[in-house]
Amino acid sequence: MIVVVDYGVGNLRSVANAFEAIGQSVTISSDVRDLRAASGIVLPGVGAFPDGMRRLHAAGVVDVLTAEVQGRGKPFLGICLGMQFLADDSAEGDGARGLGWIPGTVRRLEPKDPRVKVPHIGWNELTLTRDSTLYAGLGEDPVYYFVHSYHFAPAPDAGDVVTATCWHGETFAASVERGNVFGVQFHPEKSQRVGLRILENFVALVRAAA
Amino acid sequence: MLKRRLIPVLILRDAQVVQSVQFRHTNVIHWDPMKAVEFFNAWAVDEIVVLDVSRDTRRRQRFYDAVSALSRKCFVPLTVGGWIGSVDEIRAILRLGADKVVINTQAVRRPAFISEAAATFGSQCVVVAIDVRRAEAGGHEVYIDRGREPTGREPLAWAQEAERLGAGEILVTSIDHEGARQGYDLPLVRRLADALDIPVVAFGGVFTWQHLVDGVVEGRAEAVAAANIFHYTEMSTKRAKDYMRLAGIDVR
Repeated sequence: MIVVVDYGVGNLRSVANAFEAIGQSVTISSDVRDLRAASGIVLPGVGAFPDGMRRLHAAGVVDVLTAEVQGRGKPFLGICLGMQFLADDSAEGDGARGLGWIPGTVRRLEPKDPRVKVPHIGWNELTLTRDSTLYAGLGEDPVYYFVHSYHFAPAPDAGDVVTATCWHGETFAASVERGNVFGVQFHPEKSQRVGLRILENFVALVRAAA
Repeated sequence: MLKRRLIPVLILRDAQVVQSVQFRHTNVIHWDPMKAVEFFNAWAVDEIVVLDVSRDTRRRQRFYDAVSALSRKCFVPLTVGGWIGSVDEIRAILRLGADKVVINTQAVRRPAFISEAAATFGSQCVVVAIDVRRAEAGGHEVYIDRGREPTGREPLAWAQEAERLGAGEILVTSIDHEGARQGYDLPLVRRLADALDIPVVAFGGVFTWQHLVDGVVEGRAEAVAAANIFHYTEMSTKRAKDYMRLAGIDVR
């Protein structure tokens, strides 16, 4: 069972719809029992970091997520804000603490060129920087849909976690991977064929891990 | 590099696609919105905007049902607007599968609504639509309530205020140009696009593919939107993309 974490914010339905389109049913839930029973966990998110973290805490899922993903090694996919939550903290809003699963911080995009606008909204090319199961079967510079103003900047001591970068006035991490933990800043559920392929690859690795 | 976006707009009245000409909606296009979305998905459009223009709010549930059904088939961003008046309503619409919302009338009546929405869902989720008419004395004026109520506001000043309050994008529609087949109000679009730091989406008036190119090149819009033209042209969005690409615009 793949669980899409429900914490009262974000595009949960879109993510569930995309999994259903590739023939994978998902459970939308914040129930601790579901998260314990899950074989894979997806944390989506559109929204503001401080509000999102507050809601994750209010939903009472932070401890169980940490235990299942960090402790038991369940495959985890964070999407957009869900990837940013991997960080230690964020510059957005009041500088809230994140999950801290991958050392680093969340910063606002700061394009040097004033014509490059923030939020970064739209379709942009990735540069794949190392092999990742998530990109299996995709071409060299796949184009994905982004919508964000902040990005996850892994710390130097996080290791070689960045699997793809993207350029929007500056180069930022489009995706990260460390062991069973995956994060994508773009929206695979909104990126047509190449996006659904990412979800298929995630499903395959959940099945392989189960 | 960020691609320029091509965005078809579905204008719905009582959950049916209608044609809009200068904000009057007369023809019900004999088209199920579901068919439209399947069609757009197949041809690689970059986003879909759905606007409810129904006057009868008792039928709002039908619009919600349509959004929910559309989101199941829509694997590009789905942006939903029309009569959205509260943070709770935005949350409900996002839960139906929308990715972004368009707010308009309520944002003018109570500008703090923009800040509340942005603080809760992030700026990138909040599109502020600005409907504009040319003023008789020259210049432009912002209208609300689907073009019925003048506000006395000047579009650039209002767009800048909306940006400051947390809007993530501006969808600017010229009511005069909408459905009038003359292309976008390019000076209006360009004034906003040049002055704002957030993306501007141009809407209203497209009748040829060149109008889309003009919106990007002359209007400097980040994204170009159109409604009626896509309803009547076979393979329309693919042809539009091909035309834009040939004109040197970086599209997906």
